[in-house]
Amino acid sequence: MANLALRRLTKSYGTTEVLHGISLDVADGEFVVLVGPSGCGKSTTLRMIAGLEETTSGIIEIGGREVNNLEPKERDIAMVFQNYAIYPHMSVKKNIAFGLRSSKMPKADKEKRILEVASILDMVPLLDRKPNALSGGQRQRVAIGRAMVRDPAVFLFDEPLSNLDAQLRTQMRLEIKKLHQRVGNTIIFVTHDQVEAMTMADRIVIMKDGYIQQVGTPAEVFHKPANTFVARFIGAPSMNLLDGIWDGETITLAGDQKVRVPALQTAAGSKVLLGARADDLKAGNPNTVLSGKVMLREPLGSETLIYVDTASGEIIAKADGRTPPQVGDAVTLGADPENIHVFDAKTGEALT
Amino acid sequence: MSDITPTADALLMAKPAPRSRNMGQIIRWLLLFIGGIAMVMPIAYMISTSLKWPHEVYNVNLIPVEPTIENYTYVLEDGRFYWWFVNSIIIATITTICNLLFDSLVGYTLCKFRFPGRTIVFIAILSTLMIPTEMLVIPWYLMSQSFGWLDSYWGIMFPGLMTAFGTFLMKQFFESVPDDFIEAARIDGLNELQIWWTVAMPLVKPALAALAIFVFLGNWTAFLWPLIVTNSVDMYTIPVGLSGFGDEADVAWELIMTGAAISTIPTLIVFLIFQRFIIRGVVMAGLKG
Ligand SMILES: Nc1ncnc2c1ncn2[C@@H]1O[C@H](COP(=O)(O)OP(=O)(O)OP(=O)(O)O)[C@@H](O)[C@H]1O
Ligand SMILES: [Mg+2]
Repeated sequence: MANLALRRLTKSYGTTEVLHGISLDVADGEFVVLVGPSGCGKSTTLRMIAGLEETTSGIIEIGGREVNNLEPKERDIAMVFQNYAIYPHMSVKKNIAFGLRSSKMPKADKEKRILEVASILDMVPLLDRKPNALSGGQRQRVAIGRAMVRDPAVFLFDEPLSNLDAQLRTQMRLEIKKLHQRVGNTIIFVTHDQVEAMTMADRIVIMKDGYIQQVGTPAEVFHKPANTFVARFIGAPSMNLLDGIWDGETITLAGDQKVRVPALQTAAGSKVLLGARADDLKAGNPNTVLSGKVMLREPLGSETLIYVDTASGEIIAKADGRTPPQVGDAVTLGADPENIHVFDAKTGEALT
Repeated sequence: MSDITPTADALLMAKPAPRSRNMGQIIRWLLLFIGGIAMVMPIAYMISTSLKWPHEVYNVNLIPVEPTIENYTYVLEDGRFYWWFVNSIIIATITTICNLLFDSLVGYTLCKFRFPGRTIVFIAILSTLMIPTEMLVIPWYLMSQSFGWLDSYWGIMFPGLMTAFGTFLMKQFFESVPDDFIEAARIDGLNELQIWWTVAMPLVKPALAALAIFVFLGNWTAFLWPLIVTNSVDMYTIPVGLSGFGDEADVAWELIMTGAAISTIPTLIVFLIFQRFIIRGVVMAGLKG
């Protein structure tokens, strides 16, 4: 087990730079999720950590040791791929044993270790099967078993759940999290699904276009998004963002509605974006933000999403599941001051 | 399947068209039958001729009037045929093994590694496919002569130890091996040669089997180059040897056909062995991920 550090890591393919200086410190035993839209450089980062991709500049340290010039096998890492990468011509047991091929462990110990891993993953009865006789979830478990068997310093997962159906994904999510609590190795997990990121991570790294946008615990990135990208990306439905102008005391929205916010670190008269999550916007909250007419309802059971047309733009709010307002009703929505976010309209950076 | 357990719907729908379906089937059978005859006839005549006495050879009857196995005893007891057979076996086997190794090594490298000049190398290899053997025979001969390879196994084998076709075939098949498999093995600590052997090769078994059959048959029946490069009767391969069977004046067709019939046995064995892998391979290809 070991910590991991990335220092100003860049990657270029030819003349195009796709990663622009990634710096990150991962503590020993931490579960870190890299999340971001397609093409933002998550896989590239992970593959550079694994040693499958050369670094253009910057330093990668695993356990305090610079590994830039080490082969993948010398880095003490294991990786689980999106397509499992388990070999169809080998039995489950052989596949798991594959992770131990280059280890100098005595044969009896290897056997023991394979059985141990198989029993952690609940795969003992399947050891003699070939992968084509396994379900998708079982195949993924074989892949995880092969990575686990070596007890690496760092586990790398590249979207390991994206080939599974929704239900299985939720189940495997839990299993991986439990596994982490049990074995305690450092994990770097790549996904483009913010729900996966939120539910599994100790810390989330949100990336976009080869830059890190924010690093923080799930609560931090949810409640204190560093910029509008993070605010939109994390949480479903996306945060409402409305144009406004800061006059030093209040924000005047497009429809001339005024919202009181705590002091901002920006000059009076600058353009800002006012952000509030659907969960935080409630009818009847004393700190009124804005009012409008219900256009559409989306019942979710315990609550109902309401799409409200206001003079300042359309927003989404949440209402009670049993007695939601009717379509066409006028509603007045408010949010607690700490749940109102303000961003610079130009740079997108948070101002609160 | 639906012919055996037709549903009510299928029966209703099938009713108006039985005649045309039968016609279609008859035509298909007819074509297959003609094709079958065309392929089986030469083999039938080969076996039939091998069972005839010399005086009956030029009769077209398929069933010999006086069947005999005299030709077989003669050919098998003739020391020359024995040697040709051994030569052919050695040459075809070594060449097949070398092709399986070299073609797949080169194909794998061209497919899975990126290095400067990769495309040029590949095009160069492919372009040799366009040159017919007949044209290559002269440079091969000159080469063999200056290196002293004439009239030796090595001389017969060297042009075919690696083939452009095999390299191309293997390269295409390696495309179907996911890069993830290779990278996973790299992380697991295998070196590149081990990855090729333990991960990539088992996944292209069907291609290897097909290549083995092609190369073995190709070398087993090769005629022109072995004829040119060999001198002594002991170095002949079966096709070269058989072509000269009989005495100077008269070609002994019944003996040639007997030799040919015997020499089909190894090809059948090779086919039966490797064909199994082709079928298994197709089954395996159904596994995704
Ligand atoms: N071999 C390559 N040559 C050139 N550009 C590449 C190469 N591999 C990746 N890229 C580029 O690098 C960028 C980052 O790719 P990467 O695969 O890391 O994205 P990702 O975040 O993993 O996306 P996804 O969620 O789709 O997997 C992309 O813009 C991609 O086009
Ligand atoms: Mg990716």
